[in-house]
Amino acid sequence: MSFIHGITWLLVYQLIGEVTVRLADVPIPGPVLGMVLLFITLWIRGRTAESLDQASSALLSHLSLLFVPAGVGMMVHFDRIAAEWLPITIALLLSTVLTMVATALIMQLTTRWLARPQDNGAGADDD
Amino acid sequence: MTDPNLRDIWVYLSASPLLGLTITMVAYALAYRLYLRANSNPLTNPVVTSVAMLIGVLLLTGTSYDDYFEGGQFVHFLLGPATVALAVPLYEQFSRLQQLWLPVTISLVCGVIIAAGSSIGLAWLLGGSTEIQMSLAPKSATAPVAMGISEKIGGLPSLTAVLVVITGITGAVLGTKLFEWLRIKDDTAKGIAMGVAAHGIGTARAFQVSSQMGAFSGLAMALSAFATALIVPWMVDWLQSLL
Repeated sequence: MSFIHGITWLLVYQLIGEVTVRLADVPIPGPVLGMVLLFITLWIRGRTAESLDQASSALLSHLSLLFVPAGVGMMVHFDRIAAEWLPITIALLLSTVLTMVATALIMQLTTRWLARPQDNGAGADDD
Repeated sequence: MTDPNLRDIWVYLSASPLLGLTITMVAYALAYRLYLRANSNPLTNPVVTSVAMLIGVLLLTGTSYDDYFEGGQFVHFLLGPATVALAVPLYEQFSRLQQLWLPVTISLVCGVIIAAGSSIGLAWLLGGSTEIQMSLAPKSATAPVAMGISEKIGGLPSLTAVLVVITGITGAVLGTKLFEWLRIKDDTAKGIAMGVAAHGIGTARAFQVSSQMGAFSGLAMALSAFATALIVPWMVDWLQSLL
């Protein structure tokens, strides 16, 4: 029963998110706003309910399954992918590598400069 | 199918959502087993293999995507609640985030802008159409969010779903090699980069390296989903105003 409660809460927050996004006409997907609202709720309450924990880990542990029907939709776009395979492949590969490298370097630098002094200063002396 | 009974059964099945839903679950179960057999090798990602199986079956039986989606929509619908559910792991890692909030925020905003900007820019330089550029722009965000953004900025959500999966696999396969090559040893930085660039598929890979890297990757995935939703539509508006 608690799994049902958890799913119900997720649906309620998604519904609130979808309605708010439409009323306020903001360019954010409804479920993302729902996620933020749920996060704020958890923060205020100071804990996660057991039911919510169960439902969310059930959904997130097989997140890949949920992408499958949309992925099959690729068959509708075969012609377009075949026609523009070069920009798609190169842009995707280079952009992913660039994002990964840049984010890691920025995170490494800003952590050294900005993080509050912690007792894990050993890493900085290594190089 | 000369037997009239068999034909009746096929007529019933092709008009009902049952078949589309069942083959989705069966294909995924098979794909997941294959993935475990291959020691979770990212190249055997269950999304890729199950999508390939399903497209094969649909083409062989001459079933249209719309007919298939009558059943597939039940699985697809759960992407919404799954996005909301990301709030739970995000909340659980909240105390780590508080210590590092400033570096994480800066890296995240830069990462999201670089991911969207470089994919739009590269696709544009190589002669890709606007639709392709817009479908690529949110590719580093987790699929439900990326599809929502793609729809809003004029991309093709189903194409974006495919590009998101390929991006995740690319990141998961290349990530650890890139960090080694750049001599980045800090698991926190590696995790954030993995989550920003390669969402859930990258996060699954990060957990294989260390639990700290996995936790930060999951955190970055959830936060960048939100940052992408906030930044990318606005960025696209701005880029279009330049033209």
